[in-house]
Amino acid sequence: MSKANDSQSAQEPLIALRGITKSFPGVIANDHVDLDIYGGEVHALLGENGAGKSVLMKILYGFYHADAGQILLNGKPVSIQSPHDARNVRIGMVFQDLNLIPVFSVAENIALFLPDLKAVLNLKEIDRRIIEISEHYNLKVDPQALVSQISIGEQQKVEILKLLLSDARLLILDEPTRVLAPHEVEALFDVLDNLRKDGYAIILITHKMKEVLECADRITVLCRGRVAGTMLRAEASEDKLIALMFEKTLTGVKINPKDDVDRALEPLLELQDVETRGERTGISLKGINLKIYPGEIVGVAGVSGNGQKELCDVVLGMELCKKGQKFLYGNDLTNHSIQTMRKQGVAFIPENPLSMASVPFMTVLENMALTNTWRYARQGGFSMDWQAVKTDVEQTEKRLGFTVTLYTLAKSLSGGNQQRMVIIREMTHDPRLIITSYLTRGLDVQSAIAARRALVQARDSGAGVLMVSEDLDELFTLSDRLVVLYGGKIVGEFKPEETNIYEVGHLMTGSEIQHVAKS
Amino acid sequence: MWQRANSYIRSIFSSSKLQDVIVRYLLMILLVFVFFGLILLIYGKDPIKSYGDILGSTFGSTYGFSEVIVAMIPMLITALAVALPWRAGLINIGGEGQIYIGAAFATWGALTFTNLPAWILLPLMMLLGMIGGALWAFIPGYLKAIGLVNETITTLLLNSVAPKIVGFLIFGFWHSAMDTVKTANFVPAALLPTFFNTRIHLGFVIALVLLALFWFVMKYTRWGLEIRAIGGNSQAARRNGIPLKGYLIAVMCIGGAIAGLAGMAQVSGFYGVLLLNFSAGLGYMGFLICWLAGGQPIGILLMSFVVAIITTGGNLLQLTRDLPYAVINILLAFTLFIVLARPKFFEREKA
Repeated sequence: MSKANDSQSAQEPLIALRGITKSFPGVIANDHVDLDIYGGEVHALLGENGAGKSVLMKILYGFYHADAGQILLNGKPVSIQSPHDARNVRIGMVFQDLNLIPVFSVAENIALFLPDLKAVLNLKEIDRRIIEISEHYNLKVDPQALVSQISIGEQQKVEILKLLLSDARLLILDEPTRVLAPHEVEALFDVLDNLRKDGYAIILITHKMKEVLECADRITVLCRGRVAGTMLRAEASEDKLIALMFEKTLTGVKINPKDDVDRALEPLLELQDVETRGERTGISLKGINLKIYPGEIVGVAGVSGNGQKELCDVVLGMELCKKGQKFLYGNDLTNHSIQTMRKQGVAFIPENPLSMASVPFMTVLENMALTNTWRYARQGGFSMDWQAVKTDVEQTEKRLGFTVTLYTLAKSLSGGNQQRMVIIREMTHDPRLIITSYLTRGLDVQSAIAARRALVQARDSGAGVLMVSEDLDELFTLSDRLVVLYGGKIVGEFKPEETNIYEVGHLMTGSEIQHVAKS
Repeated sequence: MWQRANSYIRSIFSSSKLQDVIVRYLLMILLVFVFFGLILLIYGKDPIKSYGDILGSTFGSTYGFSEVIVAMIPMLITALAVALPWRAGLINIGGEGQIYIGAAFATWGALTFTNLPAWILLPLMMLLGMIGGALWAFIPGYLKAIGLVNETITTLLLNSVAPKIVGFLIFGFWHSAMDTVKTANFVPAALLPTFFNTRIHLGFVIALVLLALFWFVMKYTRWGLEIRAIGGNSQAARRNGIPLKGYLIAVMCIGGAIAGLAGMAQVSGFYGVLLLNFSAGLGYMGFLICWLAGGQPIGILLMSFVVAIITTGGNLLQLTRDLPYAVINILLAFTLFIVLARPKFFEREKA
């Protein structure tokens, strides 16, 4: 069996990234990132969603090409143009959504991946190798079992076996624990420990603090595409890591101090004990109680994928309540159509403007009319008053302080402009309840400030806002009240001045809950 | 040299400028005729003379040309029956079945109200035909809207049910004493008027009106905007408060109604009687034309014209060149293959 310790003796890193820079339209995903990975270490890559972890690893695995920077293998520059190249230099990656073929057996799946696969399969030999390696590393799976019949945890083992059999010596695991039950997580960490002892290098992408402190040798924190810091596990603590992850930056909006919201008023929106049915990989909401009063911004903090999308969809009516009730302006509108909600002045700015809110092959102007077709229909619907659409849009643009081209396909706009288009559309007609999700994602600094100002303006004129964000700074400066979502539940509710970034960070990453459970 | 030609062809196939579009279509038609010429050669026939026959028989005489128009009528209407649901992102392959049921409903009107004058009977038959087609399309539309079954499958499967129902009616209730495979002849009041001493009937006008209406609704009205939004991104349309389910059902039913009207036009304008298996693939032809035309009204008009020339010219080839009719299907299949394969070849390179 081949072991990966051929380069371990040297103190020079197995893989070194130097000055890796990668930008996408409107976003710099990686900004001069340096990273050293040594043989025989588990190196955790920590950061919020969008901090640039995945992009960096995809560059290393040849999925993306860096705009600038170098990858050094044992001190010598290598060019990795494709995953195939990456595998040739013995780098392997396990993706978040596992890539196995369900109708194939474990052995067949592994065989498919082997670089030296013969034209005539010798599955017996492959079985033998699988069993040999899996026993050594405690990765027991039945090579004959069909992938569709084994658990997710076992499938992950198969993915790791795939890499080991194909001779990888650097394993990149992208959020491996996301799909695992607690005891499976323990087992995975044992496996990683064994691999480390044999000299393999392992990169663990995650945003869970507890795991990092449990199994990593060294920890690198990425924040907004930059390396915020690298430390040994012994030096690290949760507070230090959280401080690095959610690095302070200026949001640039001065908020007028706001008097307490009048709780005697009827809430604009009230969710009572709402539950949803999680579909496919989606998460389900459990026991959500939430009120939004006129004139307040309720911030929703949480690592994405903890129920934010479902919460927004339930309020809008896209997702049905399995249990519980939803009141809008005091009327029970549980499971009423989106149309009803829209007509009552509910605006929605989703996280992905192109796929969730606009029609790519329509012009921006046409997209602007979509939420309110009834408002612009003339002669009972036989014609549309495009002039009126344009006038409305221009008014809103003036109010918001940014513009967007009207006579082009929505598809051809950049990400930031698509977001502007949706913000302009949703802010027209003075919405009474605004649901926003990652409002400023993809916007440049000025537009982001303008968008936030628009939200505050709407609040001051009596609208309620439900604001989902991952930017803690944004949440703390804008929110009048903060709730934290974790695993589909509201695990904390504060006024921003009553709490701090650390407390919220703990709740978001589920670490405080874990501590309570331990003691 | 090769590279330059290659990049030129690619630019033609990816641009949307009018002149490039025309060159693109000419190239494709040329390719079709070259392929088909090879088939004719293999068969031992002279391709040039065969093409001459096709053109001569269709453009050579007023009669020939009028036959092309006659063949176009059901193609135009059934293509529209596909195009409308298509704009909302639905694949309606059920034109064939909807034609049969529409024709059966219209026939019921024609055989029952034999004493009504034409100006009442014909609109009544049209209405009946539309109701029949709409009912037949409601089944897949409803099943799709509640998220149960994909409409592509249900419409396709229902296609083999509809002709059986028509057969059941012809052999049963509407059995004519003279003939077993058709009903009694319609009374003159139940026949669509024809023009210019040819077989072109009122259905042509209906088809053109529908085509214009389709264009207008899609381009200018609120409903067109909402349908296009659903077709362009159904999730976004839903989030924007457009009632998705209602539209899916409505669009399928209207598509079905249009196809039903095509069935009515065939029995009332072309045959004057309900014939067993009278459609013989008209619904599928409409589907093909709609796809060739990309769902655009002008494209539907042009493509119907081209396909009508091929089919009517092909009928003549059987007589003059002693070719089997299957050869025409080969020609049509080539056309379909080349037009539909085109975007796949070139878009991948762009990505």
